[in-house]
Amino acid sequence: MMPALTVARREFAAYFATPVATVFIVIFLVLAGSLTFTLGGFFTRGQADLIPFFSFVPWLFLFLVPALTMRLWAEERRLGTIELLLTLPITSGQAVVGKFLAAWAFCAVALALTFPLWLTVNFLGQPDNGVILSGYLGCLLVAGAYLAIGAAISALTRNQVIAFVLAVAGCFLFAAAGSPVVTEFLSANLPILADVARGVSINERFAGFTRGVISARDFLYFASFIGFWLFLNAVILEHKKAD
Amino acid sequence: MTALIEIEGLTRKFGSFTAVDDVTFSVARGEVVGFLGPNGAGKSTTMRMLAGFMLPSAGTARICGQDIVEKPIAAKRELGFLPEGAPTYPEMSVIDFLSFCARIRGFRGSEMDDRVAIAMSRTQLDGVRLQPIETLSKGFKRRVGLAQALLHSPPVLVLDEPTDGLDPNQKHEVRELIREMAPEKAIIISTHILEEVAAVCTRAIIIARGRVLADATPAELVRDGRSMDDVFRALTLGEAA
Repeated sequence: MMPALTVARREFAAYFATPVATVFIVIFLVLAGSLTFTLGGFFTRGQADLIPFFSFVPWLFLFLVPALTMRLWAEERRLGTIELLLTLPITSGQAVVGKFLAAWAFCAVALALTFPLWLTVNFLGQPDNGVILSGYLGCLLVAGAYLAIGAAISALTRNQVIAFVLAVAGCFLFAAAGSPVVTEFLSANLPILADVARGVSINERFAGFTRGVISARDFLYFASFIGFWLFLNAVILEHKKAD
Repeated sequence: MTALIEIEGLTRKFGSFTAVDDVTFSVARGEVVGFLGPNGAGKSTTMRMLAGFMLPSAGTARICGQDIVEKPIAAKRELGFLPEGAPTYPEMSVIDFLSFCARIRGFRGSEMDDRVAIAMSRTQLDGVRLQPIETLSKGFKRRVGLAQALLHSPPVLVLDEPTDGLDPNQKHEVRELIREMAPEKAIIISTHILEEVAAVCTRAIIIARGRVLADATPAELVRDGRSMDDVFRALTLGEAA
């Protein structure tokens, strides 16, 4: 596990050595803040909670997280450093986990920097801070799920545009699987798949967290979801590393 | 003398194209093998398989007795590898980059610092230790790659074109470094520069189209009075005719 943490440390520092960190965090904060106050109706709702904020975060991540992951392996290929990294005494799995942890920690930093919203809502009223914490936890898990999909897709192709578009599509598939449009269509035509769609939907699981409900099943869902995609990533990397 | 590098029937196919075809040789401690061949002959592919970056389609190799297919991590620990073009992370400083490589190789604390310091002084990088690698000249970048390969004082070195793109002085320095390390290591270097083989190598292996065409000392290759250039051309073009 130590080599994975070493890779994660290097990757994490690399985000802040390039403009990636600033651009990502600024855009995320501007969009999250403005959507919460405008479309989300933070003030007009007259309720002391962060529901308007949490309802936008998964949709922001849907576009921003693939922007992070598209360069994950493509950049290593472009620089040729993939040959360096994978000829050091580490397994593909350790490299995959290291990169994932760095990107996840980076998303956690972006999320943590939305703390002024939390301060605001505490200043204006008496929100249930436990619910807010569980909402943040949900956001982090959604980010992890999207990162895992995006990272696996970026190992598939050298082309960053393709990696971005496919990752957005992949994330959208799991985000929207539980939406009424999809489930109603499926229950009318393929009833068996409707339950499956609801079961694999990221947004369905996330909704529980925003209500302050943290269940072991949802945790297990996110853990196995992330684990599955990281495993896939390691397999893809092992087979395509030299391409 | 036991061989530190043993290559047995190493073969790599890309679709129907055979890049490396049944290559077999071994390298003992104290030997510096010059790996020669035209572009696309399979030099880099062979080296990448040795370094565990590519899997062989058939055959295998052992680094200090560790099989590259069955025990890739153990084999990689014994090996210092300079990939073609000496890739490095451009935004990192020299010392950060080398510390990262040392840390992955399991060194910590003062031992890590010592290893990095020794590698930097052997490759004359002390003057640029805090500079981001992207601001360095090609010669320095190549030396960062070399320093990374030497960090853990591996018994086996595989260097893909270590002097490519360097000026004559830098080439001389790198050759001196290789000569200096030669007695206690088994070294394979690939190169396009034929004089280099005569200068640093104890043995030359010429490959073309993935096959080993000659395996002899540089002196043996030019025994009949021909120049190294002529020998190389005769061997690599003769096969095509």
